[in-house]
Amino acid sequence: MTAAQRKWIDVAVIGAGPAGVAAACAARTAGAGRVVVFDRDAEPGGILQQCVHTGFGLHTFGEELTGPEYMHRYIERARRAGVEFEPGAAVFGMEKPESRGDRQSAAFWVSSARRGVERVEAGAVVLAMGCRERPAGALGLAGTRPSGVYTAGSAQRLLNMGGLLPGRRAAVMGTGDIGLIMARRMTLEGASIVGVFEIMPWVSGLRRNVAQCLDDFGIHYHLNSSVRELRGYPALEGAVVEKIGRDGKPIQGSEEFIPCDTLLLAVGLIPENELTRMAGIGINPATNGPVVNDLMQTSCECVFAAGNAVAVYDLADFVSREGERAGRNAAMYAMGRLAKGGRDIAVIPGENVRSASPQIITGTEDIALYLRVSSPIEGKCRLEVSEGLFSADLRCARPGEMNTARLKASDIASLPHYIHSVAVRVKEA
Amino acid sequence: MERMKFLCVSCPFGCFLTAEHEGGKLTGVSGNACPAGERYAAREVSGPVRSFTTTARVDGGMLPRCPVRSRSPLPLSDFFAVKREIDGITLKPPVEIGQTIIKNVLETGVDIIASRSIPS
Ligand SMILES: Cc1cc2nc3c(=O)[nH]c(=O)nc-3n(C[C@H](O)[C@H](O)[C@H](O)COP(=O)(O)OP(=O)(O)OC[C@H]3O[C@@H](n4cnc5c(N)ncnc54)[C@H](O)[C@@H]3O)c2cc1C
Ligand code: SF4
Repeated sequence: MTAAQRKWIDVAVIGAGPAGVAAACAARTAGAGRVVVFDRDAEPGGILQQCVHTGFGLHTFGEELTGPEYMHRYIERARRAGVEFEPGAAVFGMEKPESRGDRQSAAFWVSSARRGVERVEAGAVVLAMGCRERPAGALGLAGTRPSGVYTAGSAQRLLNMGGLLPGRRAAVMGTGDIGLIMARRMTLEGASIVGVFEIMPWVSGLRRNVAQCLDDFGIHYHLNSSVRELRGYPALEGAVVEKIGRDGKPIQGSEEFIPCDTLLLAVGLIPENELTRMAGIGINPATNGPVVNDLMQTSCECVFAAGNAVAVYDLADFVSREGERAGRNAAMYAMGRLAKGGRDIAVIPGENVRSASPQIITGTEDIALYLRVSSPIEGKCRLEVSEGLFSADLRCARPGEMNTARLKASDIASLPHYIHSVAVRVKEA
Repeated sequence: MERMKFLCVSCPFGCFLTAEHEGGKLTGVSGNACPAGERYAAREVSGPVRSFTTTARVDGGMLPRCPVRSRSPLPLSDFFAVKREIDGITLKPPVEIGQTIIKNVLETGVDIIASRSIPS
């Protein structure tokens, strides 16, 4: 193993998805000298390179783009801004940041075919590693361990980037958006989808995807149903599904055998944060991402974070926007010019709120607080941030759809000094 | 008179609409919480259109597949036929993002374009 020392980087970004690319671009625009984006994949773009469907960019560009088109625009913009990209470079280690005078600096370890193993130092780092899919091993399925079981995203990559159809008769477990999108995609490729099974009494993906991925193609979905057992070896021959009762327990005698050669798992995404943990950065148990303040700064002051590494967002447009915030503030930090508001107020998830991000507000700039409810409210409800920071009526609130509360920096800054936390609630009107 | 049931996707609320029509002309709609639902229903009963996306085979490029899409929405009823057209072609790199892959596919008036570049 050779360890070469390389030139100083002002802002290093780990991950070249929508969060990382937007962060890098914003860092350069804010005045950072050298900005380098590292990604282990062969080209920049992140997960969106395999998302060939449309639905990206409506908020940012006012038109519906495919994933690769959306990223193409951002990558071009970043290149013009002078961002350097290092594809094929996996970051495998991160040190606890050290103080140098009045500031910290970060160091991490990169492995690439081109340059071997290196230690890289930077004035600030933006963590933008995205998320992973919950794998089969995490589900406790009974029965055999056959081939033919894929996470929906790995099937998406095989099909859209490799041209390989995973199977001809597929069942989908879970109603995450990627599963819904893959049900449509495989149908178009000539496969049949024998059913989509959701353990909860509600769909976790967006309604739009239920309409355009399932209903449009006559694909059926079953709520309160789950896959219990896999059969067949070495290849999958079918799955046993069962009904789930109101008490959340399986209903005896409701088992049904569904013949299929493929099972797609769309049962949740988990922020990817091995590096974050190595650096000793605090993790929020509700989001599984680092605790961040409204500057997207983590508990290590030279490390910022954005995108699905922080919390799983619904839309890439939001990811890009939060990435810009992280990149701009990382650049300011590296240049020694980060002006931070005087407050440190914790955001606490209250009634019917499962998670909220950021978890700390400082009153430095106006921000969007993103939150998810724990259980759905079909009908009028009210979103409130305590101390009168925000309130709005919602037409409905569903766990699969993020809600946003816009907070004003001036309101936060002028809260009485004895206020150290605010609560977010969503309740029936 | 015919009856159709579908979700309105004009906003995230997602009302479940029941629409009645005669030969594609809307005669009644229920379930919509706002007037946009009625406009959506009128479009749906006259024949739904959607953005069409898939991939096309590439020979000798950095990737074996290139994502493609319809330049504007296509009738949903044409999806499988358009897919067969695209399956019948093989692209030669380099492919440029936005490049027309099939002009006026199946006389629909809509082009199929590449949605990324594939260098050789
Ligand atoms: C399979 C899948 C499909 C999705 N489909 C959609 C969709 O259709 N629409 C939508 O809006 N959202 C979708 N999402 C959510 C999507 O992740 C976000 O919208 C968006 O792509 C998140 O951007 P990001 O930059 O945070 O992460 P990503 O796009 O995931 O980018 C993270 C990047 O970091 C790199 N990386 C990670 N760890 C390291 C490391 N240690 N060293 C070097 N590089 C590293 C990865 O290679 C990757 O390129 C999908 C997510 C998944 C997992
Ligand atoms: S009818 Fe109106 S409120 Fe209901 S989904 Fe359509 S646009 Fe939204």
